[in-house]
Amino acid sequence: MTKPNNAFVIQREDLHILFDVLIERGYTPVGPTVREAVIVYDELSGLEDLPEGWAEEQDAGTYSLKRRGDNALFGFNNGPHSWKNYLFPSRVKLWEGDKTEDGGFTVKSAVDTQKKFAFIGVRACDLHAIQVQDKVFLDGEYRDPIYSKRREEALVIAVNCGQAAKTCFCTSMNTGPRVSDGYDLALTEILDNDQHYFLAEPGSTSGFSLLAEIPHSEASQEAIAAARGCTKQAQEQMGRKIDISDVKEMLYRNYDNDRWDELEKRCLSCGNCTMACPTCFCSKVEDVTDLTGNHAERWREWESCFTMDFSYIHGGSVRPTTRSRYRQWLVHKLAAWLDQFGTSGCVGCGRCITWCPVGIDLTEEVRLLRNSEN
Amino acid sequence: MTEKPKLAVWKFASCDGCQLSLLDCEDELLAVADRITIANFMEASSNVIDGPYDLSLVEGSITTPHDRERIRDVRRQSKFLITIGACATAGGIQALRNFTDTRELLSVVYASPEYISTLNTSTPISEHVKIDFELRGCPINKTQLLEVINAFLNKRKPNVSPHSVCIECKKRGTACIMVAHGTACMGPVTQAGCGAICPSYNRGCYGCYGPMEAPNTSSLVKWMRNLGVPEDELLRMFKTYNVGAESFRCAVERVEGEDK
Ligand code: SF4
Ligand code: SF4
Ligand code: SF4
Repeated sequence: MTKPNNAFVIQREDLHILFDVLIERGYTPVGPTVREAVIVYDELSGLEDLPEGWAEEQDAGTYSLKRRGDNALFGFNNGPHSWKNYLFPSRVKLWEGDKTEDGGFTVKSAVDTQKKFAFIGVRACDLHAIQVQDKVFLDGEYRDPIYSKRREEALVIAVNCGQAAKTCFCTSMNTGPRVSDGYDLALTEILDNDQHYFLAEPGSTSGFSLLAEIPHSEASQEAIAAARGCTKQAQEQMGRKIDISDVKEMLYRNYDNDRWDELEKRCLSCGNCTMACPTCFCSKVEDVTDLTGNHAERWREWESCFTMDFSYIHGGSVRPTTRSRYRQWLVHKLAAWLDQFGTSGCVGCGRCITWCPVGIDLTEEVRLLRNSEN
Repeated sequence: MTEKPKLAVWKFASCDGCQLSLLDCEDELLAVADRITIANFMEASSNVIDGPYDLSLVEGSITTPHDRERIRDVRRQSKFLITIGACATAGGIQALRNFTDTRELLSVVYASPEYISTLNTSTPISEHVKIDFELRGCPINKTQLLEVINAFLNKRKPNVSPHSVCIECKKRGTACIMVAHGTACMGPVTQAGCGAICPSYNRGCYGCYGPMEAPNTSSLVKWMRNLGVPEDELLRMFKTYNVGAESFRCAVERVEGEDK
């Protein structure tokens, strides 16, 4: 085993200093915390807000918290939120305009949040999801100013998974369970008998400078091996898998498969999957006026390919059936995305499986479509 | 200077709650009155200016022969007719009568049923006259009501989405209570508009805004049965303010049929 250039150990009792330093440097820490018996992402005031000792049990359409029996701070996987909730807010004002006395009008860009976020506990799949959204919002001719400002200022404190949920399949998507790049600091939590520490690997100058303020030591070979052991354990626990070898061609071939009719029967067209998915990026803009008609505002909000308005053009919606909307979602995610952005739209986080109110599982749907060909 | 548009508010079989949403606008009411002449609004003032009216807001459902005629007269006097609330858009809770024989009920409830002139059904306004827009909810949401009036005044389409409550629920960051706690929720088949209030208080959606644009009630019912929701509870979920809406009524009939 080769020793990474920069692996250090931070003891559990020193980790709270990370929060102090972040806050001191003007960051708003955001990360996992328990609310209404669910591990959500929220602003954190310190280490004590983390879901210590909690894990979750998740499967298609179900989620519940359970005690781990130890004091792990990051001993769980994904919840209903993703970092998209912070980088690509669900509703945001773009600009406002006012009529002027001379019959003209003025337009003023809206001011976005002044907060600089430090994301605590970013998993490998979710870091890939951020990179997928980077392609959408930052690459090419048009950069999204809201996303880009929030993204540039955000600090990524990643956590390598030491366990996987029943809904996880990052190994199939080559997105985890270990982070590869794009983080400022990566932590691997190790609980070994009565030891509790973090292997810390800085990935940027900000990461190094953060580490400099937290007591740490050079990582021993044992610590590095223990961290690799965590990753192996997560790989072995991977609850789902998907064969993506020729998934694009397979989906394109099956435009008219009867399986879509089965989805017509089951899918609620509720849009939960797209809202929970960390890569889904669609939005709509709405113009509002006040009663005087002198003041107007333009707002951007999350939108979903499962709504009729989404594909409404003159004369009606071009995807009038649930069958066609589900197909649009799945085929875009796993196939057309590759053509459009050069990457899959799925990072294997499993959120759409857990948070579908009727437990529709895309890995299962791909398998059934593939099997139907034989 | 063109004259201000004239507004009328009409009441049919209903509880008045939706009209009250207009009075509830308090802060904005002055701005409304600035742009519109409130010409006929009995709940607010007995001072009535004769029609025709530019905008009519209609609350309530049609349950009597008299109202069946009256709504035609309202339509004749109105350039724009917008129905507000579950009663006007779906028949309201009183559409439960559609599942029974009303004459039988009359004899149980009234000492002298011969004085009562009523129809056997409670039906939405749209079954009787052409309507220009339906604003859902039991009661309606005052922000949406202002949006509709606003859109009318500024000659634009109202920003009222016909998608599921779930989308609002996710946008406000609520963790789905059906997934996380196994709580039965009407959100996936119900139209948005309320802001997904109930799930944020750990209560399943009650379906106040009626069926969303593509309600798949059979899939939801199947899932709720697996969650262990008893049959009578399932029926009760669909048999509320919007039971008169076609897809909720069909769900009730299906559940009752499957039950037998
Ligand atoms: S499609 Fe599903 S599993 Fe894939 S990234 Fe989106 S939510 Fe996660
Ligand atoms: S797949 Fe599930 S979450 Fe997505 S729209 Fe259909 S029912 Fe809703
Ligand atoms: S709580 Fe209800 S409304 Fe909210 S996402 Fe779940 S099913 Fe939909």
